[in-house]
Amino acid sequence: MEVISPLRTPLVTGGKTVADVTEDICKRIEAKPPKTWLLALTVSGVVLLLGLYALVITVWEGIGVWGLNKTVEWAWDITNFVWWVGIGHAGTLISAILLLFRQKWRMSINRSAEAMTIFAVICAALFPLVHMGRLWVGFYWVLPLPNTFGSLWVNFNSPLLWDVFAISTYFTVSLVFWYIGLIPDFATIRDRATNNISKAIYGALSFGWTGGAKAWSRYETVSLILAGLATPLVLSVHTIVSFDFATSVIPGWHTTIFPPYFVAGAIFSGFAMVLTLLLITRKVYKLEDYITIQHIEMMNIIIIVTGSIVGVAYLTELFMAWYSGVPAEQYAFYNRALGPYAWAYWIMMTCNVISPQLFWFKKIRTSLWATFILSIVVNIGMWFERFVIIVTSLHRDFLPSSWAMFYPTLYDVGVYLFTFGLFFTLFFLFAKFFPVVNMAEMKSILKSESSTAKALK
Amino acid sequence: MLFYSMKNTEKQYWKGTEQLTNDPDFVKFNEGEFPEYLPVNSNSSSSSEKSGSSRRDFLKLMGFSLSAASLAACEAPVRKAIPYLHKPVDLDVGIPNYYASTYSNGGNYCSIVVKTRDGRPIKIEGNKLSKVSGGGTTAQVEASVLSLYDTQRLRGAQVEGKTADWAQVDDLVKQQLQSISAAGGKIAIVSKSILSPSTKEVLKQFAEVYSGTQVITYDPVSAYGIVKANQDVFGVKALPSYYFNKADVIVSFSCDFLGTWINPVKFSADFAKTRKLGPSKKQMSRLYQFEANLSLTGANADYRIPVRPSKEGILVVALYNELATSLGAPTLQVSKINDEALQGYVSAAAKDLLKSRGKSLVVSGSNDSDVQIVINAINYLLDSYGNTIDLGAEAYFRQGDDAEMETFISELNTGKIDAVIFYNCNPVYDHPMGAIIASGIEKAKLSVSTSECKDETASLVTLIAPDHNYLESWSDSMPVKGHFSMAQPAISPLFKTRQAQNSFLTWAGIEKEYYELIQEYWKENLFNTQNEISDFQFFWDKCLHDGIYEVDNTAVTEVNLTWNPTSIASSISAKYTTDNSATELVIYEKVGVGDGSQANNPWLQELPDPISKACWDNYVTVSQRWANENGLKMFESNTYKVRLKIGDTEMLVPALVQPGQAEGTIGLALGYGRTDAGKVGNGVGVSAYPFLKKQADQRVLFLTGGVSIEPTRESAKIAQTQTHHTFMNRGYVIQESVLGEYQKDPMAGRYTPYIETSPALAKKLGSESTKLPPGAISMWKGHEYPNHHWAMAIDLNSCTGCGACVVSCQAENNVPVVGRQEVLNRREMHWLRIDRYYSSASSASTLKELEVAAENPEVIFQPMLCQQCNNAPCETVCPVAATTHSTEGLNQMTYNRCIGTRYCANNCPYKVRRFNWFKYHDNEKFPDNSSMNSDLGKMVLNPDVTVRSRGVMEKCTFCVQRIQLGKLEARKDKRPVRDGEIKTACASACPTEAIVFGDIKDPESQVAQLLRFEDKGDYQQVKEERAYHVLEYLNVKPNVWYFTKIRNKAELNA
Repeated sequence: MEVISPLRTPLVTGGKTVADVTEDICKRIEAKPPKTWLLALTVSGVVLLLGLYALVITVWEGIGVWGLNKTVEWAWDITNFVWWVGIGHAGTLISAILLLFRQKWRMSINRSAEAMTIFAVICAALFPLVHMGRLWVGFYWVLPLPNTFGSLWVNFNSPLLWDVFAISTYFTVSLVFWYIGLIPDFATIRDRATNNISKAIYGALSFGWTGGAKAWSRYETVSLILAGLATPLVLSVHTIVSFDFATSVIPGWHTTIFPPYFVAGAIFSGFAMVLTLLLITRKVYKLEDYITIQHIEMMNIIIIVTGSIVGVAYLTELFMAWYSGVPAEQYAFYNRALGPYAWAYWIMMTCNVISPQLFWFKKIRTSLWATFILSIVVNIGMWFERFVIIVTSLHRDFLPSSWAMFYPTLYDVGVYLFTFGLFFTLFFLFAKFFPVVNMAEMKSILKSESSTAKALK
Repeated sequence: MLFYSMKNTEKQYWKGTEQLTNDPDFVKFNEGEFPEYLPVNSNSSSSSEKSGSSRRDFLKLMGFSLSAASLAACEAPVRKAIPYLHKPVDLDVGIPNYYASTYSNGGNYCSIVVKTRDGRPIKIEGNKLSKVSGGGTTAQVEASVLSLYDTQRLRGAQVEGKTADWAQVDDLVKQQLQSISAAGGKIAIVSKSILSPSTKEVLKQFAEVYSGTQVITYDPVSAYGIVKANQDVFGVKALPSYYFNKADVIVSFSCDFLGTWINPVKFSADFAKTRKLGPSKKQMSRLYQFEANLSLTGANADYRIPVRPSKEGILVVALYNELATSLGAPTLQVSKINDEALQGYVSAAAKDLLKSRGKSLVVSGSNDSDVQIVINAINYLLDSYGNTIDLGAEAYFRQGDDAEMETFISELNTGKIDAVIFYNCNPVYDHPMGAIIASGIEKAKLSVSTSECKDETASLVTLIAPDHNYLESWSDSMPVKGHFSMAQPAISPLFKTRQAQNSFLTWAGIEKEYYELIQEYWKENLFNTQNEISDFQFFWDKCLHDGIYEVDNTAVTEVNLTWNPTSIASSISAKYTTDNSATELVIYEKVGVGDGSQANNPWLQELPDPISKACWDNYVTVSQRWANENGLKMFESNTYKVRLKIGDTEMLVPALVQPGQAEGTIGLALGYGRTDAGKVGNGVGVSAYPFLKKQADQRVLFLTGGVSIEPTRESAKIAQTQTHHTFMNRGYVIQESVLGEYQKDPMAGRYTPYIETSPALAKKLGSESTKLPPGAISMWKGHEYPNHHWAMAIDLNSCTGCGACVVSCQAENNVPVVGRQEVLNRREMHWLRIDRYYSSASSASTLKELEVAAENPEVIFQPMLCQQCNNAPCETVCPVAATTHSTEGLNQMTYNRCIGTRYCANNCPYKVRRFNWFKYHDNEKFPDNSSMNSDLGKMVLNPDVTVRSRGVMEKCTFCVQRIQLGKLEARKDKRPVRDGEIKTACASACPTEAIVFGDIKDPESQVAQLLRFEDKGDYQQVKEERAYHVLEYLNVKPNVWYFTKIRNKAELNA
């Protein structure tokens, strides 16, 4: 039996009982969908369809419908890719690293954070696929499959290939981890189900969960193993994504600082996205007792830490450019800050470096509105960070004769919108049909903490 | 029993008791009843038992033939596939044939070799034997092969706009001509300069039949001023031959002899010879250029002085006076140049010229005969005649007589001309009085055009008798006295066209083929000028093979100058002034589109102008100062239109800010604004022809009054392939110096990055110093090159930036044309581009200031193509290994493996990779890509090079198909590849031999010699001090070396 300090702030407030938890979470699934949900799903569905049009045209006509050119051959596509992958990181961090560190406050948020991870990785994976000139062969030629093309093999030197491995591993592990966690909850829903269809579906989804002690023991073991597997992924995935840039020769890309800088940035943006989503879910689903201000504050602290790491990385980059003595390198950073894309650079600086510093104030980091707004600001900033890295480095590199500007087209925007549509459609479906909070785990922190807390009052 | 054991329930019927008893005889013959060994091939001599063919084989064969026949029947019907009954001796499918021929478009001339594949011309190369064109080509010559397959070409004769029989046309023409001639009417044949002596003979015979025939010659860009000046002062009505290779000092007034003037391909070659430097040659020529627009020649000048054209006459006289004073000749009285700096340049030029008398050359592009007379006088003073100018070797590139043309036009317009035949010319478009000609044509009783296409003139005449394309025709040329060349068909006529000369012969009722007439002409006039070959057929075959024949006439002609300095002085004073403040318009020809006759050629339209890097448009070039004063700032390709008023004409034209544009002047190009060129050329830009002003007898290229421009807020875009114009003082990109410094230290101007290492590592690498060159340390093991190692040396001193290589590459490698919008989207596909950089102002110190070009910048051209890096950044990043390194140092691109991630292009420091953003072939959205979007256009494609599909990356391959061919040829002959045998398309097109390609493993190769290359195992050393790698510090180890640009001037950026 764990010893719980009675002085600790309770993680679940409102004197919830075990039955309350089940009731609070399951009733959303069992009830008829509310109008707000239908509206939200419709809106995201419309966005999805609009984006789908852009996506289909892109695949049908060619990448030329985007604004890319001979100099800037990646822009929104890879920006969006890195952005979405980064967002996914918070989920894994919450579910894996925080599990290993026995941070119990994670229990109320890990389910939706993991769901977000999975949907974000799906969105992210779309970009490396559609950005290919020949998607129809590329999607399987990048895999090291035995083939009849002679001794043709993939190029293991290429960071893009490492991406393929990194992303697919990450997706697989995240999905399995998430799903294993869902099994006991699915069983709960199954047991409560009144109609046969729900019973059948949730029955199938719960893989015949019995709730026996052995099953629980295995469940916990598997969770720990998967957490152990997922933990290096939190660091490795974005490290490998950063290799796409760091191993190149382009000034502004060719930087050894990228791996830690990218990982910090990923967690930074991931937590921001978790906050954005949870603040809404919490409100709509009335989960204030499960996702408390304390949760929000904790996450905001992580945002300050990672935001500051990112800020230091930005400054280090500038210093290194100056210190390197390489003129092209120096120009790349001069151009970032003062060139034609300076506006993007300063948006990035404001959103990512300055705005999270506001969380030093307790008032701000415990304010729901401030957190909500800043979480969106951070994600805008993180999108611009990737845009700045990719576009401003490419658009003016070594030979001034090739310098060019990148102007996005409606199709660039459209494909980005598509991922938003996809992400929110999936998330809304998840919120309606899946338990948004891990009921089983919540129950484990309920008794000890809530009752002690209550007693203290 | 056999049968019982298998199926014992069924009844068996024996064939006889023999079967029942298993009689040995029965068994033997029974087996033979369906013998396995029945021979299929009755000729088989082997015994039946051992025969290779069996019944089984027969069935197999039958099955195969049945299926083959039925499969063949399923195929789409083959249209017009005619097999050779007897294969021509030297024609093998898949093996190219080369035919020497001649490109001549009016007076624009080049001796060429046409590469044909399976009967289709697909590439033009220069004829190295020609002394007139020097072996190189120009962009226009290179592109002309595509004009052969222009869908706009007429398919047959036309009468009043309707397709007609040739017989009908002939009848009509003959009838009319006879009646006109009988009535004593006037027949005019209008033509651009005719270089062909045989054609002249045809026209002479035609004129003999029809009295009253007059041949009127004009040139879209006339050089009549020079011809007239020569006639006036030397009594020779022709252009002289200029020998730029013999000149140490060249002073040029508005003369773009490297770009468009008279015979640029030869002039470039000659000029470049004087610019080459090396361990054994430390001297080079000096070029002064006085001009208003920044021309290609100005860009290559050591001193370029922007001047208004209104000052030009005064300036020329000032130079004359300086020389005359020193040499004791009479001076001319005109007003002084009231500009000290300008006077300084004139004095400096005069001093240099005097220092190298007899090795100097002064040229002017002016069409004012008075100016040209002074130029003649200057050259006469400088002993140029007989040295750098030869009046004896008369040149016929420009024979147009402006005065004669004016007379014709007024006669045509007053109905005095009864019949007019436009012989391959389009004066309605390309003559300043085109509108008057247009309205005059209908006043003639008979109007005929022999144009290949229904151009502006041809669409107004009653009869069109379309000529063959020059690649379908027989002809000959005499561009320079004593220098002949042959033109032969490289393809049988595509359409029902007829060689114009044959038309003339037919109409004159002369029963002779033009071909016979050429032979006769050569037999009578040329055969007897030599005595090496005694048989005419042999002589003819040799000339046809070589493409050229040169009569030895080395005797230098003595010239005597007779002129009236006073009248010239007063005439110049009247026309030129030193203090004009009005806006002056300077009209020029572009290297690509030229006079506009090939405006429907998308290769030329998409060839970026060497200076402005703009394509697909005509624009007004304005000076930076004017732009600043009027708030015009170009960013990327965005600009504004200006309201251009010339006399009564007013139009909105986009403005391009042109560094180096003389203050108070604006430039406008010829060759645009076509209305009947075809779908590619129609409506591109505005035409400047109507503004060629008449001055005395001549049409001059400038207007000194009546011109105004005012800025508007109407935005416009100009499709430029390069929008950043300075090189930001990046020594790792451009390395240059001046001659004085180079003579002191051949390393002058070199940017030598180094890597600071530990003493231990330096010692290990065998170096005294801890400062090691970037190439000394590498994390890569390097590649092994067992046989060849292809490399290229590009001399920035020789490269004039003309762009012939760009079109040559496009033709050779099936590079698509993307059209104006896609160029605006920065997606042109050229594998080889010429980067043009302006110098920044010498006062520029901050990065922001470095971005702005100087008012009158120095210009440098840098051909940029795949550097075939030995440590290629593109190769490592491709996830599917679509781009790999060959064992010969090539960075090779496997198109059908490429999945289009574009990572390679991003990681290419030279940005030379090109992505197929769309499907450019067989796509109606890219109509300008005419070589890939019609059956006719596709005939120009090089079958050795894949047409790339959508979504794949492509780039320069060092013409790997040519390398392969060269190696195979060598292998067939069982010998190593000889140097010079394999030339990339760019190297072979280059008129100045600025691009040298070869195998550096071969120590005798030109490229290895140039680089003074030493192969020390994995550490290769180039000893040539001028040779450098662009971005050397990246240690990507390119296989392309650049040679520093050396300018012959006192100091850089002065």
